[in-house]
Amino acid sequence: MSETGIGAAVRRKEDFRFLTGQGTYTDDINRPGQLHAVILRSPHAHAAIRGIDTAAAAAAAGVVAVFTAKDMAADGVGGLPCGWQIHSKDGSPMIEPPHPALATDRVRHVGDPVAVVIAETKAQAREAAELIAVDYQPLPAVASAAEAQKPGAPQLFDAAPGNLCFDWHLGDKAQADAAFARAAHVAKLDIVNNRLIPNAMEPRAAIGEYDKATGEYTLYTTSQNPHVIRLLMGAFVLHIPEHKLRVVAPDVGGGFGSKIYHYAEEAIVTWAAGKVRRPVKWTADRSESFMSDAHGRDHATHAELALDKDGKFLGLKVSTIANMGGYLSTFAPAIPTYLYATLLAGTYTTPVIYCEVKAVFTNTVPVDAYRGAGRPEATYILERLVDTAAREMRIDPAELRRRNFIPKDAYPYQTPVALQYDSGDYFTTLDKALAAADYAGFARRRDEAARRGKLRGIGLATYIEACGIAPSAVAGSLGARAGLYEAAEIRVHPTGSVTVFTGSHSHGQGHETTFAQLVADRLGIPIENVEVSHGDTDKIPFGMGTYGSRSLAVGGSAIVKALDKVVAKGRKIAAHLLEAAEADIQFKDGKYVVEGTDRAKSFGEVALTAYVPHNYPIEELEPGLDESAFYDPKNFTFPSGAHVAEVEIDRDTGIVELVNFTACDDFGRIINPLIVEGQVHGGLVQGIGQALLENCVYDPEGQLLTGSYMDYCMPRASDVPSFAVSTNTTLCTHNPLGVKGCGEAGAIGAPAAVMNAVLDALSPLGIRHLDMPASPERVWRAIQQHSLAQAAE
Amino acid sequence: MPSSVRMTVNGKAVSGTVEPRTLLVQFLREHLGLTGTHVGCDTSQCGACVVHVDGVSVKSCTMLAVQAEGAKVTTIEGLANGGLHPMQAAFHEHHGLQCGFCTPGMIMSAIDLVKHNSDPSEQEIREWLEGNICRCTGYHNIVKSIKAGAAAMRGATK
Repeated sequence: MSETGIGAAVRRKEDFRFLTGQGTYTDDINRPGQLHAVILRSPHAHAAIRGIDTAAAAAAAGVVAVFTAKDMAADGVGGLPCGWQIHSKDGSPMIEPPHPALATDRVRHVGDPVAVVIAETKAQAREAAELIAVDYQPLPAVASAAEAQKPGAPQLFDAAPGNLCFDWHLGDKAQADAAFARAAHVAKLDIVNNRLIPNAMEPRAAIGEYDKATGEYTLYTTSQNPHVIRLLMGAFVLHIPEHKLRVVAPDVGGGFGSKIYHYAEEAIVTWAAGKVRRPVKWTADRSESFMSDAHGRDHATHAELALDKDGKFLGLKVSTIANMGGYLSTFAPAIPTYLYATLLAGTYTTPVIYCEVKAVFTNTVPVDAYRGAGRPEATYILERLVDTAAREMRIDPAELRRRNFIPKDAYPYQTPVALQYDSGDYFTTLDKALAAADYAGFARRRDEAARRGKLRGIGLATYIEACGIAPSAVAGSLGARAGLYEAAEIRVHPTGSVTVFTGSHSHGQGHETTFAQLVADRLGIPIENVEVSHGDTDKIPFGMGTYGSRSLAVGGSAIVKALDKVVAKGRKIAAHLLEAAEADIQFKDGKYVVEGTDRAKSFGEVALTAYVPHNYPIEELEPGLDESAFYDPKNFTFPSGAHVAEVEIDRDTGIVELVNFTACDDFGRIINPLIVEGQVHGGLVQGIGQALLENCVYDPEGQLLTGSYMDYCMPRASDVPSFAVSTNTTLCTHNPLGVKGCGEAGAIGAPAAVMNAVLDALSPLGIRHLDMPASPERVWRAIQQHSLAQAAE
Repeated sequence: MPSSVRMTVNGKAVSGTVEPRTLLVQFLREHLGLTGTHVGCDTSQCGACVVHVDGVSVKSCTMLAVQAEGAKVTTIEGLANGGLHPMQAAFHEHHGLQCGFCTPGMIMSAIDLVKHNSDPSEQEIREWLEGNICRCTGYHNIVKSIKAGAAAMRGATK
């Protein structure tokens, strides 16, 4: 392994600009003549709009324009499209209500955009927005999906009776019932997966620009996938053809899923820039982010696991109500269905699984993919059930898992919920995690903690993840309205340096380094000679962007395909220069060598020849060395892992301290271990945040109670420990790099591991269940109630 | 009523005419074009906007530009002249940043910590970062970076 090749902990190429304050985030961009937009948002969870009076706002100082839905409708602007269609059990398509960029006659959640003010300064726009008089008729509202399903609940859409978007299922119910009939034991849980707010540190922002001379529009936006935004906004909302629309996602300050979707503000500023013929900039305040960025999770589930007398899993039944919010966000329907139920086999051989999901509209911010997206929800249910069964059957939780793991020699392994796992080794991964966590020595630590008056618990979770949704044809048959390939272009310059254009987008993942390592390694050139370009539809051939831990497995594979073409063309050129047969030429360490001789041409010499084709097979070969490729994966990749959490609980305050966290993960081949570990750390803290701290709360009338960092508990440095992370590698069998993906793993395994540890600590008190987050208040209440109950006995 | 304001930013005398309500961070970003200082919230919680005012770390979203009249302000752009300050170098070496958005505030805060405590423990670092939120790194590598940065700063001042 070279110092910069595959497997090396190369320090990131992109760091310098971020460390010195020279990154270019969307809000750092200012265009000549730029105006500022402020969006007026609904303060009501549910209301009819009887009228909007914008006269005073329009006359206010500095105001250039005020627009409402009427103005957009007059221009034929369409609603925001949904990118995934689910069909219900009965075959009917999901209910897909209109989602206007600005609300027309009704608002359906606090934060729903109602009007936009465009002014010379942001302060002027903000002041004018307060002068807009909206005549709202408040309507009864509902925030909880379970409540929204009940008879008599407020109804969001005439087209969706009972607020039902779809009623979907996967698996065979009769077979599942038969399995349960044979069970020696059934573990049951009613369990909530709490709603989260993604909170990338960079608030969303967008700048629209219109070029009068060419009729071209440009949108700068905080996006994880600029080509997807160009397609959705251009084709469905604003009807701007792609060749007249450029979308740039420059440096983006974190996404975690929340910056995948096409948002109203992107369409509003782009359209408005055309109307006022000046650039229009919008930057979210954090309080706007809380009420307009797509939220995550929000499931309520009843789940049952059937086991035989030896603890072998016989069947799993899961029934979930998923909260979709007030509209369908771009990929929302896929999350509680194909990215959720298909993961319920986990790492186990459970032969029969049945899952049904009711997706429900409520007066809340739309819910969509957030780090893990469906997979944390599935893992949480499964791993909590396994621990519940272990406790009830008095089997060690690690042992119960081992009895049910998919055997090492069973790959490819077909699960009962559609997926076929290509590789894995859950036994070794668990053993490594348990050894690193000193699982065997836990009883001693528990006793020591007890002497200090603390309740100490240990919890584990194993998980399987499905990354890089694919292939396109399968995704399409399941309702995806997009392809799920990735594109790459390798542009070799005349003197042998290389620019890589990737359709993946980096918003913290370090692609500029990882991809450069990959290219430098394959071409045998210094990493300094490789530049990675992303995030601009004018530069990149095409791209589906970054989400679902797909960048290396799908985007990296596209780069490899393009590199293969470059190397192959270079071989022809080298054969000509070396007067040898192409078949006799090997490419190795940056040189084309005639096999068995010392005659060679360097990659740089071949590149120069391609661009200065004086001695060149011009009849057979075009000049230049620039290749592109699209890669459509054959299957998902299946990262997996085992996480172990250890907590101490203070009985008097209910405070849970996470004292130890150990993770062992299988991500396939690792290109840059430094970056991979960083991804794991970050994911873990989002998962730990969900388990212990974070919770999006609406009151029963649909007011958002956690609308700022004063109310929504973000994990801080002092809330978490340092982590012990390691890997156990099995290679992905179907992509050229053998890579699996690592971006979401931490957020998938951690919630279950932490909650299992909390419940292990509380089990001596007879506490069997708590919902996340295990906040001091909840834990304290549970301790009080059980102490009182025990005292009464 | 616009007010004039003068201060020294990154060693240079600067002046401007601002509305009295203009925040220091707005003055830095919008008047001076120093966009390395970021705004991540509106409740003074996230710390992406931390700068040094007369040598002390301050959330520049919580101070009016006119309050910095006559002050010496250092932003992330002014920490090192073309190279990297030892704390910046430590963040690079230990992968203490991912998306980079919280990074300027983290670094400015960390340098102030080391001024108060030249050899902070992990726990002291974690507690000092109470006012800086990072969503990417899980803090693990930030803590490591600050430990290393502190050691490098101690070395540099010996």
